[in-house]
Amino acid sequence: MLSRVAENIYWLARYLERAEDTARLINVTSNLLLDFPRTTRLDWDSLVTITGAEELFDEHYETRSADNVLNFLCVDLHYSGSIISSLESARENLRTTRDIMPREVWEELNTLYLDTLKQVEAGITSRKRDAFLKRVIRSCQAINGLIEGSLSHTQVHTFLMLGRNLERADMTTRIIDVRSANLLPRSPDDLTPFENLQWMSVLKSLTGYQMYRQQVRLRVRGPDVLRFLLQDEFFPRAVASCLGQLSFELEDLPRHEEVQALVDDLLPRLVNANMEKMAHTPDLLHDFVDTLQISFNELHQAIADHYFSGEYRGQTQTQSSVA
Amino acid sequence: MSKINWSAYACKGFYDELMARPGVPHPAAEMLCDYLAELGGRELAELKNASEVAIQVMGITFTVYSEGNMIDRAWPFDIVPRIIPLDEWQRTEAGLKQRVEALNMFINDLYHEQKIIRDKVFPAEVLAHSANFRKQCVGINPPNNVWAHICGSDLVRDIDGTLYVLEDNLRVPSGVSYMLENRNVTKRILPELFATGKIQPVDDYTGQLYDMLASMSPRPGDDPQIVVMTPGIYNSAYFEHSYLAQQMGVELVEGSDLVVDDDDVVHMLTVNGLKRVDVIYRRVDDLFLDPEVFHPESTLGVPGLMRAWRSGKVALVNAPGAGVADDKVVYAFVPEIIRYYLDQEPLLANVPSYLCMREDDRRYVLDHLHELVVKPANESGGYGMLVGPHSTKKEREKFAELIKADPRNYMAQPTLKLSTTPTLIDDQLEPRHVDLRPFILSGKDSTYVTTGGLTRVALTKGSLVVNSSQGGGSKDTWIVDLN
Repeated sequence: MLSRVAENIYWLARYLERAEDTARLINVTSNLLLDFPRTTRLDWDSLVTITGAEELFDEHYETRSADNVLNFLCVDLHYSGSIISSLESARENLRTTRDIMPREVWEELNTLYLDTLKQVEAGITSRKRDAFLKRVIRSCQAINGLIEGSLSHTQVHTFLMLGRNLERADMTTRIIDVRSANLLPRSPDDLTPFENLQWMSVLKSLTGYQMYRQQVRLRVRGPDVLRFLLQDEFFPRAVASCLGQLSFELEDLPRHEEVQALVDDLLPRLVNANMEKMAHTPDLLHDFVDTLQISFNELHQAIADHYFSGEYRGQTQTQSSVA
Repeated sequence: MSKINWSAYACKGFYDELMARPGVPHPAAEMLCDYLAELGGRELAELKNASEVAIQVMGITFTVYSEGNMIDRAWPFDIVPRIIPLDEWQRTEAGLKQRVEALNMFINDLYHEQKIIRDKVFPAEVLAHSANFRKQCVGINPPNNVWAHICGSDLVRDIDGTLYVLEDNLRVPSGVSYMLENRNVTKRILPELFATGKIQPVDDYTGQLYDMLASMSPRPGDDPQIVVMTPGIYNSAYFEHSYLAQQMGVELVEGSDLVVDDDDVVHMLTVNGLKRVDVIYRRVDDLFLDPEVFHPESTLGVPGLMRAWRSGKVALVNAPGAGVADDKVVYAFVPEIIRYYLDQEPLLANVPSYLCMREDDRRYVLDHLHELVVKPANESGGYGMLVGPHSTKKEREKFAELIKADPRNYMAQPTLKLSTTPTLIDDQLEPRHVDLRPFILSGKDSTYVTTGGLTRVALTKGSLVVNSSQGGGSKDTWIVDLN
């Protein structure tokens, strides 16, 4: 398999995952806001913080109103992490690799992109928001389903899985980072009445609520949620599970030992981290998430160096990553 | 809705490919015309819809730019095939083989001793001003002395039924994928006619192409590693590049996928490391192939590729520099070239040509601009031409100046009365002008000509411009065996 093709496939998966996760995040936040009294600290602002693109946002918008944030995250072509930009990048990557992917994948993504483009023109309103976000999530899942159902488990599949799992792990840590900054009490006694609701929202944005309930069987509390989302090895959006999957996929690639060593080093640090302590010390958690994200970047760089021919051509060109 | 009435088909004033005269088809076209006559406009419209659905489902597109955006357009296709009888095609095929053989000898001579110039058959002046002569190729011996492995020659038919060669495309001719796909679409919508067994198949092209490419490998005996090299998805023929790679089961690469090592060996960069490449079917123009030798800023090419080719470590198809014979002034000399190298009379006619570099010809051209077609030597795609009968006084004055300023760069031909063929316009069949582009493959020890070729049709009434970028469409081409 050509290195360039492998790189395109990998980024295709990352952009698709990014579009889906962004849609999930917005969806849950807007539902949550409906349940909250106006006096709480939680607002649309935090969504911009999650993206890490605050500067860019402030350049283009006056206020962080619901409509502005929604537009920015869904249909703003200036922002490379918006749903439309992610879909556009995914589509461009798929366009050059169309001949090796099942035809239906192209059709689904192309239709989703063209429909989303119509939304860009029409603008997005609160009333159309739900339908739009559901559409994005559904289509991304349909694409994942098409891939699972019709793509042979060759290297093409391997690079899709690498991209998907790394992006997913990254998005999960982002959501935890920002949400927990709002949520974790400065002192253990300082519990807001809405804490429970908010942790539920974190779980829901990752469709983890049901699975949490089944697996954890405890009321929704900060340390347990953190443990579940970071350390669980069965829930597909949990960071440890994503990394496990990544490690499994790497086995199939030549010269994988060095890349895998990074995962082998990272996993125990993740699984053995003390969540109880972090749940009570927001700064500690934030630092921990930071080290995780640095590790993800190293992992990405190692994959790029080994398989996207960085070793032959000097620096590999990387496509934009949220950061 | 009325049935198709061939007697009302207005084909006077031109040779028509299907109808000998209104109401009377050529023998080879009888079966098709009878079949269509049974249909009404509504059925024809249904067939047309079916073809459009097939094209969409099969994803046959070509790329155009509009306002800075790249758009994939569905391939414009007309459902009524164009028909040529087998015996006429066999004569044409022989003529094309003869022509390409002579052209390859000509190119090889130009890059070696230049005997044809010493013998005063071909003027040194024409070569001196050739835009496509590559001095970097002088003295190189490509395998079997083949330079133009893939040639796409454009044929047109005049009012008396004679087929003329209009030009030979020796650089990176495109269109063959559409020829193949047109047949696939037609088989879906007119299956009954194929059941007669009289229509000759076209689909062995990609197999022939693969064999030809494999025969060029510098490492015979081994399983040759062949790739198709594309400038990328923004190229208007990207669909074809990707299609051919897929059909042959070889990698579709871009310049950035290849590297040349210190031993002048070409490799592609794969997930498993470097993999040696033997044959490159390149769809990138000469000047972008290798920034070490040509445009230094080219990012489409591969540094060192020419080195690798020169040392015989890789085959480039077509060979760089083959375009020297793809020049509208050189074209005028092809009959002489055939006589010179093969000692044979040309089997296919050239359109009479006036070369503006010759004083007598130039005077004639300047006096007859209103009735001639004037072409610059090195343009393709129908650009930069003057069609005398359709021109304004101002345009003719502009061309007169252009010719006087650079006579070597212009040639002129009489305006041919291009043949027509029935084409579905709304729900009626109307005559539209067509040409034909067959493809000729020159391999190690054999030459192959496509069965028919790509018929291009000018969809606008009276128009002679068949290029898809300028409102042209295409048709399936049937070579029909009457025996």
